[in-house]
Amino acid sequence: MTPVDHVQVQETDFSVAAEYERLTAANTEDGAVVTFVGRMRDYNQGDRVQSLFLEHYPGMTERALQALVTEARARWRLGRVAIIHRVGRLVPADQIVWVGVTSPHRGEAFAAAEYLMDALKTRAPFWKKEQTEQAERWVEARETDEQRARRWEP
Amino acid sequence: MTSAAEPSTAAVTVLFFARLREELPQPRLHWPWSEAGTVNELRRDIAAQGNDWAALTEDLLVAVNQEMAGPEQTVKPGDEVAFFPPVTGG
Repeated sequence: MTPVDHVQVQETDFSVAAEYERLTAANTEDGAVVTFVGRMRDYNQGDRVQSLFLEHYPGMTERALQALVTEARARWRLGRVAIIHRVGRLVPADQIVWVGVTSPHRGEAFAAAEYLMDALKTRAPFWKKEQTEQAERWVEARETDEQRARRWEP
Repeated sequence: MTSAAEPSTAAVTVLFFARLREELPQPRLHWPWSEAGTVNELRRDIAAQGNDWAALTEDLLVAVNQEMAGPEQTVKPGDEVAFFPPVTGG
């Protein structure tokens, strides 16, 4: 099977069912499918968050995500790989990000999916601005995300 | 022989994102840049305009031609250079 990557940055929502189908349709080689959905929380750093605006760097974002997929393919034996990330205005419970990976075996699929999310968090040019009841504020990068990403360094 | 320099390429496009974009007077610049120099030299040149431009600090992330870059990476005329805070997607 030819490796198939699906990398997409979009304002619109995505369908988990449709994206699962994209990973599995006519795919008889991969026994493992690992998927992740990141959703918007209504609470951050002690405050109710009413909405979120996701800014990105058009052009670089797609290249950065594609580069992460290429790195994951170099590390693990993967079938299909998908990353979808939304931008623009979001409200609590909205889906933000989708990562889906297929592989003949589960170990590689689990590892690659986690790697992609950890790397995306620290290397893909997205920025969140939160609207709380009091004010608008840019979300600060978290050291725990850096630590998680560093686990994958050789 | 004097080279017929093209004014359009003797510059770099500089982009700013997120909090930094809001702090600076403008979201992008066409900055004169006739010879190769480093990311850090470009950043210091722009920050030297003073006032709000001082927000262009050393701890920012940088991309050259849409790839992450370090402070000593070379910037050539015609390049696209972006400065931004640590990323917070996902």
